[in-house]
Amino acid sequence: MQIHKAKRVEIIIEAPMERRLTDALSEAGITGFTVLPVLGGSGRSGLWSREGQVSRASGMVAIIAIVREERLDALLDAAFTVVERHIGVVSVTDCGVLRAERF
Amino acid sequence: METLLGLAAENLISPIILSFALGVAAAMARSDLTFPEAAAKALSLYLLFAIGFKGGVSVSSHGLDATLVLSLIAGVILSAAIPFVAFALLRVMTRLGTVDAAAVAGHYGSISIVTFVAATSLIQGRGLSSEGYMVAVAAAMEAPAILSALWLAARGGAGEGGLDKGLWREILLNGSIVLLVGAFLIGMVTGEKGLAEIDSFIVSPFKGVLCLFLLDMGLVAGRGLRTSRAILTPGLVGFGLIMPLVGSLFGFAAGLALGLSAGGVVLLMTLSASASYIAVPAAMRVALPEANPSVYLTLSLGITFPFNLTIGIPIYIALATAAGG
Repeated sequence: MQIHKAKRVEIIIEAPMERRLTDALSEAGITGFTVLPVLGGSGRSGLWSREGQVSRASGMVAIIAIVREERLDALLDAAFTVVERHIGVVSVTDCGVLRAERF
Repeated sequence: METLLGLAAENLISPIILSFALGVAAAMARSDLTFPEAAAKALSLYLLFAIGFKGGVSVSSHGLDATLVLSLIAGVILSAAIPFVAFALLRVMTRLGTVDAAAVAGHYGSISIVTFVAATSLIQGRGLSSEGYMVAVAAAMEAPAILSALWLAARGGAGEGGLDKGLWREILLNGSIVLLVGAFLIGMVTGEKGLAEIDSFIVSPFKGVLCLFLLDMGLVAGRGLRTSRAILTPGLVGFGLIMPLVGSLFGFAAGLALGLSAGGVVLLMTLSASASYIAVPAAMRVALPEANPSVYLTLSLGITFPFNLTIGIPIYIALATAAGG
């Protein structure tokens, strides 16, 4: 079975910014992504857990998009306009996909 | 003074406050006691619906008057003005920068609906009546403080993102406000007859549900205090204790000027004294991300919320009844 090269972009961002980020991705033509809840973690402000939050404002979400390499810059440009001023992590890794036409 | 001490003591040994204290103690002791997120959400939906509905029924029984409109206007003015007082106090009492001080100030202009619900329950326990439309005043006081905070931050050169259209919608149509105002309108339309149909659901279990919800709030507040203890300087703690009293005095003056009942004055004082930890933090994360969320969340939830719940509300009740509001 043939495996096609792709880029996997994972963006962990504050929950109140989720819709803004997914809107920006959609506007940039990135219509395929997955949103996952984040249970907790540790960063510059120390340990935090979703369990200890009274509202969604202090929570984080992970947004994962897999794109062909030529679409990576468009995705990162769109994401960066939203992420720039906010707490979060953006990472890009190489990955392989089976059905290239879907990305 | 004796009345005040008696009120405070009586308040401290009520199931509501002891449930909150249990939550704080469990979190401090690192117990694994937790509320499932969905259960906590369901409890808060119940409380908002019940308090909104009962407020609406009360208005339908007593009718609308000019005081309602004036109270709404007073609420908006209080919410917009209190951040300026809080900001000035923060600049004097703490070393917070402009952006952090503006963000904290915004929280103190807005309201904590849980503190309001607890105050409603406590004044009913004291046999004080209040105007049903105070629920609508609470809803009106959520947003103006956010504008004041952003203006204060913009003066300091931050918050250039400001309020976009999406954020406006999120603030004005946040779930708590929609449910509170919606239930208020349903209560107003259906009146006593509507209440009779569902009172076994929204009246009798109310205090029990409030106890469980405050147990969860205690857990959250306790965990916040445990993890963010390092940021709490004496100045910040002092602000978290003094600001609710200062805010309550503005509510007290407004309540008396409006001619509200003693219970109504207590509720307006409580609204003016409380600090938001749901609507404003979300708005600040979007519009003022440079502000440190640990500072404003720890202050409003870890210091001011427990203060209002345990000592503040008895003080407001004593003041309002002494003034014969």
